[in-house]
Amino acid sequence: MSASSLPIIQAHGLTKDYGKLRVVDRISFAIDAGECCGVLGPNGAGKTTTMKMLIGATPPTAGELRVLGHTVPRDARAMRARIGVVAQSDNLDPDFTVEENLRVYARYFGLSAAEVRSRIPELLELASLQDKAGAKINQLSGGMKRRLSIARALLNRPELLILDEPTTGLDPQIRQAIWQLLRQLRRDGLTIVLTTHYMDEAERLCGRIILMDGGHILADASPQALIRDRIESHVVEVHGAGGERWLATAPIGPEVRRERAGESWFFYGRNLESLVRSLDEYDDLHYSYRSSNLEDVFLKLTGRDLRDG
Amino acid sequence: MADTVRRWLAVWRRNALAWRKSARTALLAGFAEPLFYLFALGYGLGSFVGQVQGVSYIGFLTAGILSTSAMNAATFEGLYLAYTRMEVLKTWDAILAAPLGIADIVAGEVLWLATKSLISGTLILMVAAGMGLVVDWQALAVLPVVFITGLCFGALALLVTSFARSYDFFVYYITLVITPMILLSGVFFPFSTLPEPVRFGAALLPLQHVVEVIRPLVGGRIELGQLWHLLVPVAYAFGATSFAIWRFRRRLLC
Repeated sequence: MSASSLPIIQAHGLTKDYGKLRVVDRISFAIDAGECCGVLGPNGAGKTTTMKMLIGATPPTAGELRVLGHTVPRDARAMRARIGVVAQSDNLDPDFTVEENLRVYARYFGLSAAEVRSRIPELLELASLQDKAGAKINQLSGGMKRRLSIARALLNRPELLILDEPTTGLDPQIRQAIWQLLRQLRRDGLTIVLTTHYMDEAERLCGRIILMDGGHILADASPQALIRDRIESHVVEVHGAGGERWLATAPIGPEVRRERAGESWFFYGRNLESLVRSLDEYDDLHYSYRSSNLEDVFLKLTGRDLRDG
Repeated sequence: MADTVRRWLAVWRRNALAWRKSARTALLAGFAEPLFYLFALGYGLGSFVGQVQGVSYIGFLTAGILSTSAMNAATFEGLYLAYTRMEVLKTWDAILAAPLGIADIVAGEVLWLATKSLISGTLILMVAAGMGLVVDWQALAVLPVVFITGLCFGALALLVTSFARSYDFFVYYITLVITPMILLSGVFFPFSTLPEPVRFGAALLPLQHVVEVIRPLVGGRIELGQLWHLLVPVAYAFGATSFAIWRFRRRLLC
């Protein structure tokens, strides 16, 4: 077997305890070259801890982990020379200009001066920051900082890019721009692993979803397969004051699965036309009838309880 | 080995660039203040005191101020700025996502803190030379001692920082350790005038030993018999660096 056909990441029985609390519980997965894998889950699912173990920022309590063939955390430093990491909150150096940030960071990888000179303009162009080379970090918008963080993670031409919630806290238009950048990197063959709690982000970017909750992997498949296999094809969402009255006479067959979240009812099934027709007589009810999406899968598998923290 | 040093220097150069950007204010704080002490106490108090240990009081005081400034330069950056880099700017997190480890960061930081001491010591030596307080070229031998002083107090400051949960924590170290040490280490008056138990206590701390080595050097005398004193700051530097690495590993890689 050639080295290139080995998985980029191999995790087996990966476990992390903090004191008596088990945050990640014996998870196993493998990620191949060229994949873009989204790690999804509610707060406290163990996503960020898993990412920290991947880059060697925290040692696993048990289990085996190999990234790019390096045993982690033992060979984490050699492994990190070959990956790029984008943290959740930008940790750019505010004292420095955009270009200085890249130049200082390149030194940590031991890149030669000649290499850095040719690499910086390339990366500034990739991140659409050509005009900002001399700007201070606090003169940049949130989206620019994020793009610079991604550019910085690419200095060493990584074989794997790891991003922790790449668009959290950004405006919708800026999120689009970040997605475009990540899609371009993916087209160029870079393997990407990202955490997110935005379903649309996962659905648009990732060919594969690892859904985590309570330290376990609940599902591991493509978004399409998850929607096809793990949830009914359609959903009717109903909310409004007349709900109880309608519900008493509504034609809800035994094959229809129902859930309630606050003021809303959700009805999942294959054939919901009669249900939708019965709603027409109730002017005080609002409803939507649509095909199921990743968010429905997520809520089905992780439950609808609100989690803080 | 060359690769290890390259990683340390990458951290050192990051701090050096940040320092260059604010060098004017940094110099004012690290350089003007000790000179005010030197002038005010040296000439003011010196006019009452006359000679101490065979030299003018201001000449005596120059060695003390030099040692104290070297200590302070490394101490303050190792507390406040290193804490800022670690907790506020998350600079260390960014470095740890690159192929560097905690030991590389601590070693690079300690070398930088010692460099800060060296900058401060050099400037004070230049001014003292300009004032005619230092006349002999042999006084340049002060500079490596100042660097060792910086390694020692830089490492100690990082060790304190490894325990800190906020900036307030540093007040304890400054008030309970640094300030008494300055007063009891022979900076302002000869160490020998202190009562025996106090001398014994102060001799466990590094500053007094630094002053013992620097004072003859400032006067242009190289006293080889005094050099053993350097073992104390060197031991502190190694001990505190190792302990700080262990502490930061537990704190940051969890």
